[in-house]
Amino acid sequence: MTAEAIHDHASEPPPALYGIAAEFDTSEALLRAARAAHLQGYTRMDAYSPFPIEGMAEVVARHPNPMPRIMFLGGLAGALTGYGLQYYCAVIAYKINVAGRPYHSWPSFIPVTFELTILFSAISGLIGMLAVNGLPKPWHPIFSTPHFERATRDGFFLCIESDDPRFDPQVVRRFLSQQGAKEVHDVED
Amino acid sequence: MAAEMRHTNAAEPPAESERGIEPLAPVLAPGQTYASVTDKISSIVLERPYHPGWLIGFGISFALVLLLLFAIGVLFTIGVGIWGINIPVAWGFAITNFVWWIGIGHAGTLISAILLLLRQRWRTSINRFAEAMTLFAVACAGLFPILHLGRPQYFYYLIPYPNTMKVWPQFRSPLVWDFFAVSTYGTVSLLFWYMGLIPDLASIRDHARKRVSQIVYGVLALGWRGSAVHWRNYESTYLLMAGLATPLVVSVHSIVSFDFAVGIVPGWHSTIFPPYFVAGAIFSGFAMVLTIAIPLRRFYGLQDFITHRHLDNMAKVMLANGLIVAYGYVMENFMAWLGGDPTEVSSSMDRMFGRYWPAYWLLIACNVLIPQVLWSRRARANTALLWVVSLIINVGMWTERFVIVVQSLHHDFLPSEWKMYYGTIWDWATLLGSLGLFSALLFLFIRFLPMISIYELRELVKETGGGKQRPDLMSATPPTRSKL
Repeated sequence: MTAEAIHDHASEPPPALYGIAAEFDTSEALLRAARAAHLQGYTRMDAYSPFPIEGMAEVVARHPNPMPRIMFLGGLAGALTGYGLQYYCAVIAYKINVAGRPYHSWPSFIPVTFELTILFSAISGLIGMLAVNGLPKPWHPIFSTPHFERATRDGFFLCIESDDPRFDPQVVRRFLSQQGAKEVHDVED
Repeated sequence: MAAEMRHTNAAEPPAESERGIEPLAPVLAPGQTYASVTDKISSIVLERPYHPGWLIGFGISFALVLLLLFAIGVLFTIGVGIWGINIPVAWGFAITNFVWWIGIGHAGTLISAILLLLRQRWRTSINRFAEAMTLFAVACAGLFPILHLGRPQYFYYLIPYPNTMKVWPQFRSPLVWDFFAVSTYGTVSLLFWYMGLIPDLASIRDHARKRVSQIVYGVLALGWRGSAVHWRNYESTYLLMAGLATPLVVSVHSIVSFDFAVGIVPGWHSTIFPPYFVAGAIFSGFAMVLTIAIPLRRFYGLQDFITHRHLDNMAKVMLANGLIVAYGYVMENFMAWLGGDPTEVSSSMDRMFGRYWPAYWLLIACNVLIPQVLWSRRARANTALLWVVSLIINVGMWTERFVIVVQSLHHDFLPSEWKMYYGTIWDWATLLGSLGLFSALLFLFIRFLPMISIYELRELVKETGGGKQRPDLMSATPPTRSKL
């Protein structure tokens, strides 16, 4: 979408908007703009940057970080699976007398319990992280933003999304320009 | 390399710096920007043509992979009798190689996980290929326990699954623990490595010009778009994974050592084995990281990212772990003497002065005596010397595993059972072939994936005060030798 198209939009029916994205030069400018948008009362927005920016998620995220809980539950499931499996094998399903040790010789069951705790927790970490982030998602409207390929190199983007209750294209565009954005673009849905 | 040495000598610091007052060398050369680090690392993957050096290196490695496949083919056809193993020495090269390879893998996890938790920012440039090294070393290690089974087609009996024989694994055996430890270690290393790659794959996807690259890296990047919420979930998962990998790495080599320590063979049955094995693993792993890093930074001109500070720190870690390993050697003999058990004493004496004496003294020379040169700051700054020392340690650690496995077994309780073991040509072919597999995978990795974590380098640029300077500052860095 060119600047011209943005100006023309008053005369035409507006295209379905995903949001309005602004590119900033530095991570500091992006963080400032996101905080300003937050103060303005915008709630549906996301920032895109080539590396994690400290303090950014607190501004744009609507939900707390679920990962520690997911990985803890994964680990717990692993521990129970590991110990339960060994208990079942050694005490119930296939009893063998090994040098007179008790069937339920728990110290010998620790290593495998430990390994499965780690394994389940790590797998639930990666799968959970992807699921919570909605990945894999090969296409997303934000990719149509001009120069968005810079978001994985040296570009810093803020997108205020159209489902925000306070979303008004004119106001958002003006607001983002005032925050020192290098460029402001409409993002079609 | 000579130029570097001269540079180091020319900039020889005044006397007080010898006492450590000198400020630390940078972990990232000055003048880098977000764009310059991204372009530099991704260009290795995207733009460099195939260099004859890479093709020759990969060709040799691939020939060795074929040798490995041939040796395995012969092994599966004829059986383990083609190796030099006998009774009492039933483990031979296969388990020596297994323990050696898995130990090498440990440095990768140590660098990527433990140094991350300790906030050692210098790890950033080396963690990615150290993790790749872990993965490939575990792949090599995982082969050997299967190969050394008399009936390798039944290796899956170790997996607890409901079967018509109504038989279940015996969970009081360290060999079963070992199966769980190694397979968990391989899986978690793969997940951790792939997860670290996702943002960089997205970088490469966005800068690829060729359609094939765009599609392949695009699929692998899973649609990563650098969203702030995604970054938060990602970073917290990455940190937690590092927290999981840290005790995991300690547990894996401890469990590997239980394979020995739980047995009653003199020379194995010792409580010092777990810490001694873990230290040995880190020792040999760091040696392997240096063996790879030193040529890599030279051929790809990565001296700005893998600086002298990295090499210096790795040399120090190696020295410290070498001392722990040396303590292990001393304690083994001391405990045999203190305990006074005749078989233990006999085994210790045989280790030092018996028929395997050359192997024992070779390992003492390689692992204890020669690494002491690393006390000298000048030796650590000399990359050629450091590389040679790292190679020597690799040899020394393999010899150490050989002595533990073979010498202990060949000299057990009854003199009538004592028997020498010699590796046959098939033993050597398998060892050489596994080296080829390792280096072939590494060659493919450095050609097709970003060998340095780009997004973490961008963070490092931000922390060291760089950022969006004009890209022409890039030319301030020394002209790099675009060899491969």
